[in-house]
Amino acid sequence: MPTYYDTEIKSRLMLGTAQYPSPAILAQAFKRSGAGIATVSVRREAGGERAGQAFWDMIGDLGVHVLPNTAGCHSVREAVTTAQMARELFDTNWIKLEVIGHADTLQPDPFGLVEAAHILTDDGFQVFPYCTEDLVLCERLVEAGCRVLMPWGAPIGTGLGLNNIYGLRSLRAHFPDLPLVIDAGLGLPSQAAHAMELGYDAVLLNTAVAKAGDPVAMAQGFARALEAGRLGFEADPMEPRDMAAPSTPVLGRAFT
Amino acid sequence: MKITVNGTAQETAATTLDALLIELGYGEAKVATAVNEGFVPATLRPEQRLNEGDRVEIVAPRQGG
Repeated sequence: MPTYYDTEIKSRLMLGTAQYPSPAILAQAFKRSGAGIATVSVRREAGGERAGQAFWDMIGDLGVHVLPNTAGCHSVREAVTTAQMARELFDTNWIKLEVIGHADTLQPDPFGLVEAAHILTDDGFQVFPYCTEDLVLCERLVEAGCRVLMPWGAPIGTGLGLNNIYGLRSLRAHFPDLPLVIDAGLGLPSQAAHAMELGYDAVLLNTAVAKAGDPVAMAQGFARALEAGRLGFEADPMEPRDMAAPSTPVLGRAFT
Repeated sequence: MKITVNGTAQETAATTLDALLIELGYGEAKVATAVNEGFVPATLRPEQRLNEGDRVEIVAPRQGG
């Protein structure tokens, strides 16, 4: 099972906590999928609303590890300050670092990401960077102190799956011992299974589960796909070939 | 004194961040704070002076992906 910054997690599924039809369905999705990490955010609190406390209590009841994000931050300064506020609120050094570089694709700003990763690592954070599959960017993030990488499969919320299989495979080959997590872009369990077959350690989902017609069933479907894909990876798959090869013995066939 | 709290301009009599939070009803609430885009830890709120035009952020735990 994956280990992030010396903490082993008994699940390959990280699950977001946004956009569910209700808190009860969110809780059921976690329970039925066995997700080990919940991503959360910080947002402005309206006067006297105390929604933050209620949400915090609910997350505590899930009994999972919490990974705060810096979602929506477009600058290094915003991301660093958001991370610092999240650390105080959630009492964890873990931070899912997002520095968004483009409004249409919500893709990471690689330059800001590396700069922020340096600042936060120096400040004692354990950074989970939301990045692309660009190998050079990922090398820079590791140099900055990141001990896990979270490349996108596709843009956030699209459900397009794994858009660059070559790039993801290349990343796995270059970082054989680093935890690699597909973050964003998945829509179907089969895509999560594919990520596992590529040797990835985990996936992070939110929209795919929360916006499914039956989020609880979808969460469970993803959990099973992760298990199936990982077993396939560990079982050392056969090599594909172009020409057919009979599986039934040729020797002893009748009429020969 | 006029300051901005969570993007909304407002008047306050508070001279410290700690006093502002009490004035706004966040006394014991689970919130984190920033002034002019810089994080202010809870322990430093009593010492954080407020000045005309300061931009204060008050955030709390929320759903996220």
